[in-house]
Amino acid sequence: MEQLAFASATIVIGIFGCVLWFWGSNWLLDRALPPRGPNAARNIGRAARVRPWLFLGPALLVLAVYLVWPVVLSVWLSLHDASGQRFVGLGNWRWLIADDKFRESMRNNLLWLLIVPAASTLFGLIAASLTDRLRWGDLAKSLIFMPMAISFIGASVIWKFIYDFRGEGQAQIGLLNAVVEGLGGAPQTWLTLSPWNNLMLMAVLIWIQTGFAMVILSAALRGIPEETVEAAVLDGASPLQIFFKIKVPQIWGTIAVVWTTITILVLKVFDIVLAMTNGQWGTQVLANLMFDWMFRGNDTGRASAVALVIMLLVTPIMIWNIRTARREGM
Amino acid sequence: MEGMAGTRSRLTWAVNLAALLLVVLWTIPTLGLLISSFRDRDQIAASGWWRAALPAEQNEIFRAPPPETAVPEGPLWVLEGNVFGEAGGSVAAFGLSAREPKAFAPGETATGRAGDTLTVESDGAFRITYPEAPEAGRGDRIFVTTTTPPRLTLENYETVIVAQGLGRAFLNTFTVTIPATVIPILIAAFAAYALAWMRFPGRALILACIVGLLVVPLQMTLIPLLRLHNAIGLDKGYLGIWLAHTAFGLPMAVFLLRNYIAGLPREIIESARVDGATEFEIFRRIVLPLSFPALASFAIFQFLWVWNDLLVATVFLGNAPDQLVMTGVLRELLGSLGGEWEILAASAFVSISMPLLVFFGLQRYLVRGLLAGSVKGG
Repeated sequence: MEQLAFASATIVIGIFGCVLWFWGSNWLLDRALPPRGPNAARNIGRAARVRPWLFLGPALLVLAVYLVWPVVLSVWLSLHDASGQRFVGLGNWRWLIADDKFRESMRNNLLWLLIVPAASTLFGLIAASLTDRLRWGDLAKSLIFMPMAISFIGASVIWKFIYDFRGEGQAQIGLLNAVVEGLGGAPQTWLTLSPWNNLMLMAVLIWIQTGFAMVILSAALRGIPEETVEAAVLDGASPLQIFFKIKVPQIWGTIAVVWTTITILVLKVFDIVLAMTNGQWGTQVLANLMFDWMFRGNDTGRASAVALVIMLLVTPIMIWNIRTARREGM
Repeated sequence: MEGMAGTRSRLTWAVNLAALLLVVLWTIPTLGLLISSFRDRDQIAASGWWRAALPAEQNEIFRAPPPETAVPEGPLWVLEGNVFGEAGGSVAAFGLSAREPKAFAPGETATGRAGDTLTVESDGAFRITYPEAPEAGRGDRIFVTTTTPPRLTLENYETVIVAQGLGRAFLNTFTVTIPATVIPILIAAFAAYALAWMRFPGRALILACIVGLLVVPLQMTLIPLLRLHNAIGLDKGYLGIWLAHTAFGLPMAVFLLRNYIAGLPREIIESARVDGATEFEIFRRIVLPLSFPALASFAIFQFLWVWNDLLVATVFLGNAPDQLVMTGVLRELLGSLGGEWEILAASAFVSISMPLLVFFGLQRYLVRGLLAGSVKGG
């Protein structure tokens, strides 16, 4: 209760503080440079040069301290030893390249990058085009979209239950093993079965992200001009031809956006691996490796180096995003 | 014509079936855990959740009281009791040895090697007779196959909320989430207005930076920010995590809101300026109310993201019960009790209940926000 009061107080103080800042600073500005009187024109011009920075100030401050500065400091830290005191040059990077766990993480991240965005986008595209034709399409969309609301850790519990393994002679309570047994196969401990366990983890993220892909692609599909489809129908194209030759080419841009969004998410995937295998049995990924070195290894140098690798992998997408945004007139 | 209509209806069937298959595939994982959260531990272990509506069949070994407690009855010594004790249940079969645990149907009489007999009724009552006074020793083993009727219970939820500290964690999560949702909206709304409707040098650069910051991996920022918090005496606590979440949500907030505010009709804002309204008044009286849909979209995003976050909470909050959030509790439970599914299932559902409520209640805004966020800006 006490902390709820604390939280409410913070909200009130926070909101009040923000309002005070924005209202107060604007009021002061209008006082100092009144937009009327003899110097009205000059004052308005000057005030208009200052005011944007009053509106932007808090946001820029927070972004600079909490996002930009850490990137710079990370570079510095990655050139220093475990405690961040002694300069070690490229020592951490040399260690990184030689480290088995790092190589394993890179390999796995590459697999994740190849499989998860592709599978999520494909399933999303299928789901979008199927549900758009149904009378119960909205309900179907809701249900496929639902995993988006579930935390990665909650999803990990859900899926770990599916992969559950019971010893011989016991009833299998994990769905996957029950199905395998029902089909006459032998139950497996899926999460320790390298390299297939990587696929088991990816399934969780695909399950979550398909809904996202579906929602966006469905909107794009509905935005396709009717005439193009009608023309194809008149020309006697089959539904599959219409889908692949008329519809898909028109939404390439959106597919690319979905693909890159999921790609960024994949590079940061952490909770799923931590909760399901904690990187054992050949399932380590970069984000979890970084977390490992930060908390268990207590080595800020190596952890920062791993974080920078993630950053480097994201950078091409970042540049592409900025260029797209600028082209669209931002 | 008939042929075409036939093809069309077959196609509709195929589409319906395929969609149904997808929906089932996508809901079954959650459904399985949901059903399991209402079953007790024995039921979960005895049969898969898809059999929850059927009676669970279980093989058990019951040990009878020591033979010397048998009472004489006519020429025999007799031991009576019930394999269920007080609990009740029903016996489907019983046996004398581990090799043949289902050899006898309830009500039949099994005869052992020394001439002793065992009868188990379907209600669990058993009767053991010995032909002569038995020697002292351990009680006989009775192998029973029991069936428990399907039963759903709320006990798991009671256990996790009280005993596992999830109730407290629920409060903690709320404490983290509400300010971390409200504060970034406020800050971002002002910045978005400036970026959308004010002319000043450097605007394009700031916009480009914000698009760039959208994708900065959180992992980059953790170590420097922890050092910063320690250096300025913030340590681990709510203030630190509010600031962190505010910053991490800010690029998305500014980006979404700017796109929306820039799309507001120019005439409204221009005419207000002509009427002599100050920028602050325009923002408060016109822009803020008109931007409600975008504000709502972002609020939902940020709420879901903060509520579901594990990484930031692990780094910026402590491990003590007064700071542990629900995702943290779930993680600890997963680590410490891998097999106790009734606890895990109930905990998971307590923690995802809130996001699911928000999701189903406000899905329209969520979809709108997603579309604005990704289709336009990439």
